[in-house]
Amino acid sequence: MSQEINDVIIIGSGPAGYTAAIYAARAQLKPVVFEGAVTAGGALMNTTEVENFPGFQEGIMGPALMENMRAQAVRFGANLITDDVTVANLTQEIKSVIDGEGKEHQAHSVILATGSSYRELGLENEKRLSGHGVSWCATCDGFFFRDQDIAVVGGGDSAVEEATFLTRFAKSVTMIHRRGELRASKIMAERAHNNPKIKFIWNSEVADLHGDAKLSGLTIREINSGKTSELAVTGLFVAIGHDPRSELLKGQVDLDPAGYVLTKAGSTQTNLSGVFACGDLVDHTYRQAITAAGTGCSAALDAERFLASLHS
Amino acid sequence: MGATAAVTDASFSDDVLKSSKPVLVDFWAEWCGPCKMIGPILEEIAAAHGEKLTILKLNVDENPATAANYGVSSIPTMNVYVNGEVVKQIIGAKPKAALLSDLAEYI
Repeated sequence: MSQEINDVIIIGSGPAGYTAAIYAARAQLKPVVFEGAVTAGGALMNTTEVENFPGFQEGIMGPALMENMRAQAVRFGANLITDDVTVANLTQEIKSVIDGEGKEHQAHSVILATGSSYRELGLENEKRLSGHGVSWCATCDGFFFRDQDIAVVGGGDSAVEEATFLTRFAKSVTMIHRRGELRASKIMAERAHNNPKIKFIWNSEVADLHGDAKLSGLTIREINSGKTSELAVTGLFVAIGHDPRSELLKGQVDLDPAGYVLTKAGSTQTNLSGVFACGDLVDHTYRQAITAAGTGCSAALDAERFLASLHS
Repeated sequence: MGATAAVTDASFSDDVLKSSKPVLVDFWAEWCGPCKMIGPILEEIAAAHGEKLTILKLNVDENPATAANYGVSSIPTMNVYVNGEVVKQIIGAKPKAALLSDLAEYI
């Protein structure tokens, strides 16, 4: 049975994947986009207001921004499939991927835009209490912690955004951070410092979680002294960063020790011919919606050039 | 609405606890991105397996009492009730294949 060979398959959605889809679709490449079965739209789907995406002077809700990008890709003829890719074979001239239902799809080129996933603390009780007080999604779960004392672990932009958002519901939000000051951008950090509901525990980490059916408290360890103390909270939101979602690519695409895809300087080209990578899967430095969109655009242009060279 | 129906704090006892068939209750809310992702998947499962498993959606924003009763603190949470008891709990969005395998004994 002969199978249709697409020009380009895009794996992943989010700002990188959708921007690549918009550019590839406008270039008449009829991209097939695997948006992810439950992760379509990417990390911004779990955020609230995005204030720094240029062109939206009043800000825009993260999910609305992604819905707009998606609709723009559809408008130009991108074929969006709300499913995961479970296997990818990228080393041959014709690339093939297998979707969540076991169906194979082929293409001359592939754009990788699978982004990143939440990093876990790696504590035994974290998994057990996940969904019972431990959460990775403030916008989803903040509602359940009305008038309660809760904690956020982390000190970057997402941690501060979550803590600030959670003060709408919680009685108090304690931020637990490994460093002596927030890593978040100035405007975000200032907002947290000025919020009377937010308290800080500096130079400390979560050593253990307590509670039988539900989270009841944390053991906090001071990093320098090793001294521990107890903090009674019923909610813990984990925002200690992200890891690239590159499991699928191991052994085929060159990755750095942290799992980020390596690309040739000044391009989105991976070590494999016809395979390009963009967004948070590559970027451990900037990690912004606008930089992801930017490299998504680059990846589509790189793929377009690659395809033109094949056909000439 | 398609193959799933809504359940409320008021109708929970009749529609879920007293049901003769297993019932999956999807605790969800408008503001929850992952809940919206699994919405269509649950519709498909309900359409395919509706005779064996009833799928009902409970909006936690409008029906906080039931969510609190069952200690729901993260959504989506999907509880399966048989004879009034929670026999299975699935927390977090999952792809269709994973949900189907979690629900295998009820469909």
